[in-house]
Amino acid sequence: MKPAPFDYLAPADIEETLDVLREYGDEAKVLAGGQSLVPMLNFRLARPAVLVDLNQVAGLDGIQAEDGALRIGATTRQRSLERHLSSRPAGGPQDLLRQALGYIGHPQIRARGTVGGSLAHADPAAELPAAVSALGATLVIRNAEGTREVAPDEFFEGFFTTSLAAEELLTEIRVPPWPGSTRGAFLEVSRRRGDFAQVAVAAVVTVADGRITRAGLALAGAAPRTVQAYSVVDGLVGSEPDAGVIAELAGNFAAELDPPPDTHGPAEYRRHLARHLLQRAIAQAAGLAGPRAASAA
Amino acid sequence: MDVDERTTADHVGLREKTITVTVNGDSYQRTVPVRRSLVDFLREDLGLTGSHVGCEQGVCGACTVLLDGEPIRACLMFAVQADGNELTTVEGLASGEELHPIQQAFWDHHGLQCGFCTPGFLLTTYDFLREKHGATEPEIREALSGNLCRCTGYQGIVRSVQAADETWER
Ligand SMILES: Cc1cc2nc3c(=O)[nH]c(=O)nc-3n(C[C@H](O)[C@H](O)[C@H](O)COP(=O)(O)OP(=O)(O)OC[C@H]3O[C@@H](n4cnc5c(N)ncnc54)[C@H](O)[C@@H]3O)c2cc1C
Ligand code: FES
Ligand code: FES
Repeated sequence: MKPAPFDYLAPADIEETLDVLREYGDEAKVLAGGQSLVPMLNFRLARPAVLVDLNQVAGLDGIQAEDGALRIGATTRQRSLERHLSSRPAGGPQDLLRQALGYIGHPQIRARGTVGGSLAHADPAAELPAAVSALGATLVIRNAEGTREVAPDEFFEGFFTTSLAAEELLTEIRVPPWPGSTRGAFLEVSRRRGDFAQVAVAAVVTVADGRITRAGLALAGAAPRTVQAYSVVDGLVGSEPDAGVIAELAGNFAAELDPPPDTHGPAEYRRHLARHLLQRAIAQAAGLAGPRAASAA
Repeated sequence: MDVDERTTADHVGLREKTITVTVNGDSYQRTVPVRRSLVDFLREDLGLTGSHVGCEQGVCGACTVLLDGEPIRACLMFAVQADGNELTTVEGLASGEELHPIQQAFWDHHGLQCGFCTPGFLLTTYDFLREKHGATEPEIREALSGNLCRCTGYQGIVRSVQAADETWER
């Protein structure tokens, strides 16, 4: 099918974009990579009166890396970020971001799809919301009046729902630096290559002097929104990396999940995936399994 | 045509736009409704019907074209968004009557049956092999994962890509 008619605006800078959004509010929809919005327009699941194209907006894309931190402009293409991260030394926490990007659709999708678009779309099974949650990123949001910065938990509210108001724009994602001895891991199970996650786990773990000092854990596909495994983080911090402890914490956390059943399997299957992927991702990020353990041996 | 249909916003922006795009080295200027997809523009406005329309939701890959060298879904972009850009479609692969080595490989190794998916596979392969020499079968399958074929079962396509990897001098 073809989209219903709309008016097309392509503002040149952020201020102009925010003015347009203030003026048209609910009637307007911003278009980033279009990889989620255009299918909805084509099938007339979305019928905005005004389409505000972000692709000409100067200063809304770009990647800046300094002192271990990463600032990602909202309209940065997923494939650009993937290339940027692949060109840097592997091993740090941002590895999980690179791995997560690799699971999003296919190269043709990532060539257009943006980092901010994926977060604003807030698909509960999308990879990036889990990745930025585990990394403790800050999301920068602007409207014509000013700027607010929110943590992922204040941003992702539910099934395809965020705290973004109609006149607001997600402008930047800030990934904070983590201590030098931090590793990340991203694991996913999906039906086919390129599909959304049935369950995916993002894990960031800092190990110093043989103890876990800090961690971030988030899951996609396990609930109506991306969820952080706070109880597991609390249980891990202060302890020595130990497979038994990890298994118990992951098992207890997964047992409490109430994922929606779907055509791919019952809720119990997703709980099973959540438990095992959590266990494995933590073990990898903590150096008990996978690349780090091998290189340490 | 319902370009003039009104919505609540009543023409705050554009309903039509004149754009200039370069396709396979030729420059075209056309005035298009803003809601026309890039693939419909290529097929209907420019008569380049090599790019196919399957699902219109980004899943099948039949509409894959190169936008400034990068493979994208032409069903998920509006033509107006390509203003000033360079596109390569399947029509741009062959030189005259001589097939591109990738096309020849698909011909030789049964990389197609009905041919509906083929333009997308050819352009995806073009992008993949441009950067990659000596691709392994898993790498090929991964690179082609965003293109669906209902006929071949993929075996012939994978063999074709392996063959093109050897025959295409690049
Ligand atoms: C075949 C296919 C497979 C896919 N597989 C996956 C997958 O496995 N995992 C996955 O996570 N995604 C997948 N996607 C979706 C893809 O990742 C999209 O890129 C992403 O969901 C949306 O990003 P976008 O830039 O394309 O945004 P758009 O589609 O342009 O916009 C999506 C929504 O976000 C809003 N929006 C966009 N940017 C902003 C902003 N800066 N501020 C405020 N609101 C904004 C838009 O108004 C719209 O409501 C797939 C898509 C396709 C077509
Ligand atoms: S028609 Fe574009 S991906 Fe199917
Ligand atoms: S050859 Fe018929 S769909 Fe691929």
